[in-house]
Amino acid sequence: MLQAGSTEQIIATPLPEEMPEQPGRIQKKTSTSWWVYVLLTLGLIIMIGPFVWMVLDSFKGQAELAQLPSTWFPVAPTLGNYSNLFTQFNFPQYFLNSVILAVSVTVLNLLFCSMLGYALAKLKFRGKNALFLLVLATLMVPSTVTLVPLFVLMSKLQLVNTLTAVILPESAGALGVFLMRQFMRDIPDELLDAARVDGASEFYIYWRLVLPLSGPALATLTILTFLASWNDFIWPLIVLTNDQSYNLPVALATFAIGQHGTDYGLLLAGAVIVVMPMVIVFLLLQRYFTQGIAMTGLKG
Amino acid sequence: MSAIAPPAKAARQAPPPNDVKRHNLAGWLFAAPWTLIFLVFMALPIIASLILSFTNFGIANLQNPFDLHFIGLRNYAQLAHDQLFLQAALNTIIVVVIGVPLNVGLALLIAIGVNQGVRYARTIFRVGYYLPVVTSIVAIAVAWRFLLDPDAGLVNNLLRVVGLHGPNWLGNPSLALPSVIFVVIWRNVGYAMIILLAGLQGVDPALYEAAHIDGAGAFARFRSITLPMMRPVLLFVSVITSVGFLQVFQEPYVMTQGGPLNRTLTISQYLIQQGFDFFNQGYASAMAYVLFLAIVILTLVQFRLLRPQT
Repeated sequence: MLQAGSTEQIIATPLPEEMPEQPGRIQKKTSTSWWVYVLLTLGLIIMIGPFVWMVLDSFKGQAELAQLPSTWFPVAPTLGNYSNLFTQFNFPQYFLNSVILAVSVTVLNLLFCSMLGYALAKLKFRGKNALFLLVLATLMVPSTVTLVPLFVLMSKLQLVNTLTAVILPESAGALGVFLMRQFMRDIPDELLDAARVDGASEFYIYWRLVLPLSGPALATLTILTFLASWNDFIWPLIVLTNDQSYNLPVALATFAIGQHGTDYGLLLAGAVIVVMPMVIVFLLLQRYFTQGIAMTGLKG
Repeated sequence: MSAIAPPAKAARQAPPPNDVKRHNLAGWLFAAPWTLIFLVFMALPIIASLILSFTNFGIANLQNPFDLHFIGLRNYAQLAHDQLFLQAALNTIIVVVIGVPLNVGLALLIAIGVNQGVRYARTIFRVGYYLPVVTSIVAIAVAWRFLLDPDAGLVNNLLRVVGLHGPNWLGNPSLALPSVIFVVIWRNVGYAMIILLAGLQGVDPALYEAAHIDGAGAFARFRSITLPMMRPVLLFVSVITSVGFLQVFQEPYVMTQGGPLNRTLTISQYLIQQGFDFFNQGYASAMAYVLFLAIVILTLVQFRLLRPQT
């Protein structure tokens, strides 16, 4: 929890998306930097190569995958692996579950975190500082600490194997509160006080003034929460034990360590289905992703 | 704006008593939904877990969770003699001790390279290195399991092209954990890189210029400008990375299931086995608290070492 304070004070500079060209000698001295390009490009191939390979192999049939030496590009491209996933297994259900989880968790976090964020940023109430410290402390707690009691609680509430059991505990994240509070603090108090003088209720101010001004923070929170929820694994693995209720990562892991563990094509197609939606969203919105990460990172 | 600012300012300087009341009420109303969920699904389980760690809570208790038998510190004592736990703890420590410096160091090199070493294609590098961070760990673990396959895997195929015979990366007891660490770093290095890159962009370019004029070489500039200026950001990245690496679970769970010879079993994995395969939930809770304590200690140590010097 100390990390927030210390980093915030030292580096509270807003982040330029692209650094402006530095004037002077350092930038001009680029004659030796060809090897930097070479190294960075090699690294880039290691980072991106597996995704390209994964997509290519997922379009190969069983025979081609077993063939040695392996082919690079699919010689006889086939959708067989994908159609198997969707017709012989429950993949449409897993996909739907993943979408329901990600959408619900995101919407609830947007609502709850922005409400608390508003209170922490703009209202003076007793216990406020203690509450904020609590939020920060939560960021340190490993998720495994809550697993056992949470499972007992869910089985008492008869929620095991329901998506609700995943949504409820994840609907109020700490990072979101932090993000919203940091952003809302920069909204001028004068604006809010003026509305109060005009007789606006606090809810009106939150809903009609502060939220519309918090667009960038809400966008960042949407992206981060949706991503985390889509990739969520440990808690769903524990509480979703029934085939009908799996989300995509749990389904894929169950396949991978179970009886389909050697069905190369099937597993790769599954991995592509889990990975690609986020890769596409990321490539389209990469600016918001990296800005958001850097924003939460540096400020806390 | 300026027309309405003065009365607002006056109101803020001397809030009427009903204003305080209004703030208190509204504050807690706004805080209520988040706080309620937090209390029930986070605070309560954290405390319950601590209590359970002093009991022999097991499968019978799922029916009667309040029929507790306290056994003092026996769970914790047992951990000290549990060979599997000790192996898991050792593996986890190796992941942290080897993985965290490698991850942060590599991320710093990449960030400096992208920030200072290249003029073109910065966005492509940033996006490319960050790409694995947005992907499901389960999915990329599945992919890497096949990439590292001794016979059909791409890695060994590439080695074959240059005439080398690649090993059985995940099947060899001494190579399995390094391979897992590699995948963990591959997945996480982009996150650290983005934060460090943002930090680098906050360093005043005039400092470098002054040093350059004074004749400081690239290494001297790195040591006496970049490192000190980046201390707080490096601290943040190291803490976040350590907290994450201490909890490594999905990569070994999918790639090796903890094998071979338990050489890739991590604390989180063993905890979940004990808690949810064998239903030794009191024992699993004790393990969770040991892990929690390790995170707190490691964080404090890093604050000591990397504290900004004023």
